[in-house]
Amino acid sequence: MKISRKEVDHVSRLARLSLTEDEAGKMTDQLDKILEYVEKLSELDTKDVQPTSHVIPMSNVWREDAARPSLPREEALANAPDTDGEFFRVPKIIE
Amino acid sequence: MEVLDAALSRIRAVDPGIRAFLTLMEETARKQAAAADARIARGLAGPLAGIPVALKDNLCTRGTRTTCASKILGNFVPPYDATVVSALDKAGAVFVGKTNLDEFAMGSSTENSAFQVTRNPWNTGRIPGGSSGGSAAAVSADMCAVALGSDTGGSIRQPAACCGIVGLKPTYGRVSRYGLVAFASSLDQIGPLAKDVRDAALVLDAIAGKDPADSTSADVPVPSHAAALTGDVRGLRIGIPKEYFTSGMDPEVEKAVLGGVDVLRRLGADVREVSLPHTPYAVAVYYILATSEASSNLARYDGVKYAHRTSRPSDLLEMYMESRSEGFGAEVKRRIMLGTYALSAGYYEAYYRKGQQVRTLIKQDFDRAFETVDVIVTPTAPTPAFKIGEKTADPLQMYLSDIFTISVNLAGIPGLSLPCGFSSGNLPIGLQFLARAFDEPTLLRAAHAYEQAGGWHKRKPPAAGEGSAA
Repeated sequence: MKISRKEVDHVSRLARLSLTEDEAGKMTDQLDKILEYVEKLSELDTKDVQPTSHVIPMSNVWREDAARPSLPREEALANAPDTDGEFFRVPKIIE
Repeated sequence: MEVLDAALSRIRAVDPGIRAFLTLMEETARKQAAAADARIARGLAGPLAGIPVALKDNLCTRGTRTTCASKILGNFVPPYDATVVSALDKAGAVFVGKTNLDEFAMGSSTENSAFQVTRNPWNTGRIPGGSSGGSAAAVSADMCAVALGSDTGGSIRQPAACCGIVGLKPTYGRVSRYGLVAFASSLDQIGPLAKDVRDAALVLDAIAGKDPADSTSADVPVPSHAAALTGDVRGLRIGIPKEYFTSGMDPEVEKAVLGGVDVLRRLGADVREVSLPHTPYAVAVYYILATSEASSNLARYDGVKYAHRTSRPSDLLEMYMESRSEGFGAEVKRRIMLGTYALSAGYYEAYYRKGQQVRTLIKQDFDRAFETVDVIVTPTAPTPAFKIGEKTADPLQMYLSDIFTISVNLAGIPGLSLPCGFSSGNLPIGLQFLARAFDEPTLLRAAHAYEQAGGWHKRKPPAAGEGSAA
């Protein structure tokens, strides 16, 4: 096994997903199969190979540090699940 | 306005059997069509004036619901337009609606949509490809003239192949992604789905270029792509990668693709074999890198500023966990899990970093091949459109249907699919053209010359809804 049920439970907490018993079991099997396939990468010797994170050569992209129009509050809040009219509202964070 | 009326009545007649659209934009379209009529009357019309366009539903449209075919964004109404949407609006296009996709563009069949299954206009028992399956089906069934899609591992080209149309993934950086809902940021690109190469070139002309709102858009001059379509490929060096013709290939696909290569040879192209030795590793690299980036990009769906929130959460952690678990579908959860795992302590080196290194090897394969050829030609997909439900139980089998398109995103180069024949079951087969980064003019010239000689683009699917469900 490439991945255990215990690891799946750990990763689902990191990913902020709550999986049902059934989902977690199925997920373990499917991830195991995918990771086994991915294992073929270890056939390749990549000791001196630079990793690619971005394909087009580009260095820092700057812009003028100038104020620009931003989203009006009303529009910024329009899609929120819960607001008090001024701010986003969430469950109590501090005990 | 008459063109719009025709498109809308076609949608009303055909879409109940195809289900390409998630949202229609009739009100917006009528305003745009009236404006286009006025400009045409004054002789100021651009090349896209009055043209009905469909937009994949992961492109933000101000005031029009943008769902990504996910329950988590089911009620999301963006406060701004994607840059490509503004660009097409400025060019005079008329937006008929938003099209279905695999949830967050994760899939190859559009079956991962949380809302509906889209059917292939050539055979309604078959998938339209994915993830831009709604856009491809809409163009194929004449419900719009062109559409926009997005392509992270083949999501424009593979559905174009399945639906018998043209699909273009431009070079990474050629088109702004501002307002495209992010999936895998080092791979995502927006591009057109069209009925022929010329239409695809005209749309690219309208959307290409540097955008200050997308720092990854490239500051590279934009030539006229429509002007590149000379019909002449004499002396053009075309490479056929031997690794793309493996023993498991569908014989009808192989025959159609090699027939396409013969046409190019007859047109005077200099066809030779090339090698892309790391091809067998592309799918593995992709499913590490794309899922890692997705797990990070999709962390934003926390139920705070927008998107679904679970009802009456007792604390913040429960709000995150339950909102995300209720909102995301199975494939999205699977990819978030795989990506989180690949990036987690102890596995980063073995998976993510290794994936990035093999990505370098894949890119170098293409760099080397393009030293001796100008264009590479391959099949787009290993089989014609498969049956609805055929691959949903096995994620890995679904992933392998992208085997010929994925390397192109990893290398950042442009790719185009167009029809090169039909299977014995009358399903379209796609031919893929690839070129160097930012060399869309040569890519489109070669594809256009082939298209004009091949003539396959003139075939139309059986009247939608009447297709056999075999």
